[in-house]
Amino acid sequence: MIRIPVEHHVDPSWVPDAPLAQPSASSGLLEVFRRSYLLRLLVRKEIQARYSGSFLGVFWSYVQPAVRFGMYFFVIGLVLNLHTNVDYFGIHMFAGIVVVHYFTETFGSGTRSIVRNKAILRKMAMPREMFPVASMLVSAFHVIPGLVILTVACIGVGWVPDPAGVAAGLLGFSIIMVLGTALALLFSAANVFFRDFANVVSTLTAFVTFSVPMIYPYSFVDERFGRLAEWYLLNPIAEAVLLVQRAFWVGATPDPEKTIRTDLPEHLWSYGFAHLAAAFVVLAVAQLVFSRLENKFAERL
Amino acid sequence: MTESIIVREVSKQFTMRYHRSIKQMTVAMVRRQEISDTFLALQDVSFTVQQGEAIGLMGLNGSGKSTLLKIINGVMRPDRGEVRTRGRIAGLIATGAGFHPQLTGRENIYLNAAILGMSDAETRRKFDDIIEFADVGRFLDTPVGHYSSGMFSRLGFAVAVHTDSDIFLVDEVLAVGDKPFKRKCIARMEEIKKEGRTLFYVSHSAPSVKRMCERVLVLEKGVLGYDGPTKEGIRYLKYDNDPDDVSSENEDESGDEDGELGADI
Repeated sequence: MIRIPVEHHVDPSWVPDAPLAQPSASSGLLEVFRRSYLLRLLVRKEIQARYSGSFLGVFWSYVQPAVRFGMYFFVIGLVLNLHTNVDYFGIHMFAGIVVVHYFTETFGSGTRSIVRNKAILRKMAMPREMFPVASMLVSAFHVIPGLVILTVACIGVGWVPDPAGVAAGLLGFSIIMVLGTALALLFSAANVFFRDFANVVSTLTAFVTFSVPMIYPYSFVDERFGRLAEWYLLNPIAEAVLLVQRAFWVGATPDPEKTIRTDLPEHLWSYGFAHLAAAFVVLAVAQLVFSRLENKFAERL
Repeated sequence: MTESIIVREVSKQFTMRYHRSIKQMTVAMVRRQEISDTFLALQDVSFTVQQGEAIGLMGLNGSGKSTLLKIINGVMRPDRGEVRTRGRIAGLIATGAGFHPQLTGRENIYLNAAILGMSDAETRRKFDDIIEFADVGRFLDTPVGHYSSGMFSRLGFAVAVHTDSDIFLVDEVLAVGDKPFKRKCIARMEEIKKEGRTLFYVSHSAPSVKRMCERVLVLEKGVLGYDGPTKEGIRYLKYDNDPDDVSSENEDESGDEDGELGADI
């Protein structure tokens, strides 16, 4: 090793007013929200990219849930005749569809987000949590048309919103938001090392539709499983669906008080808050795992 | 306190995966083959750069130059040792910027600038300068995936060069540019140098390193072999007066000697 000192004069005005720092340092999710401009840009690009070259554009995000609603309503409600057992079965079901769709979209596209953006991640230093979080927000954007359709349908049958219902809806969506972000972080990092994880996730999400009280009412679970129904409620997505049904469907039924007694679990709220707390714990763990794995992203992508 | 970059005993090891799927791994196990192998891309590299220094980083292909740049700009983390930098870092790694192939040139400019830490207003203000420098013309609203390699790196360089960075990294950008663009780059890099920003320049071209940098680092298979004045560094690399000089990226121009690049700027 040859080392020959080179004379260099530093003008003090050149030296930036910043401390020496580790270039790869990142405070994870906090950093993502601190750089909100970049996050907004990524979300907007993602939404634009999905509808680029399409004639109807963002209008598609209204068509798709509306068609899905119609299909489920006719097949499960009218053909399988669940319609007669459950008041306003369409609304009951569609509240579930909105929640499940938000979750599976966040989980699925979040998992693929890091690998999909490898061209950028391989060369630019940035908080990598940005991409799973952006996926979650893009999915959240697509929840809005569903909620609009749901609200219109509810008002159409004479629904009056109540404060407890609004709170339940917010709690339900918060659970999905936090949990979805946590799982997206975890699986997007894992997907860098083994691309199998994207397939694992699409297999997992196939179960979600059937594990929540969407195409069947919660009262069925209660009747058939009795005490074991408590285990059913350990599923955070089932709980979130029930909370959103509390927000929309309950108020639309002829006798909301009776519906709450017969069709919702006894401890709806305590389960809800417990699930939200648990989701935050999962998020903290996911952040820890992500921070450890991201050291190797650049060489594995 | 005038240091701009401190690299202390940095090592980076890569794992080469021979067998990725379960099928391949089973076969390898049965045949008792090695499943993975590692190699050291960087080994105990240490140096300090003062603010405003222009450093030429040289070495043969695979000597760890790009890995070192990635560690300095924070895309990679060293396995051992530590790196400290002061201020904002911008630049190009391996001839191209981090562009999203499906987004248009315009969208990528905004995205890239945002990643480098620029605000919306800042990007808007510099937008015209950037497209003028990049000179991609009508292709501005075409997805960059369809760009030629020259256009791609021109756009990347244009964004990086217009960011208010304190440290500027350039990796072989001149390797794909044509002559007028090379000239523009060199002129721009000299401006950056005059502004007192730290310049880290990777190149195989002895003339342009000689022109741009006072100090050269030479990497040899991941080990820092030389750290000192440019002239001796080029001699150390045996890049000087090589009769059949094929190493130079300015191959077509090296006939008219070292001073050529700056001749008509």
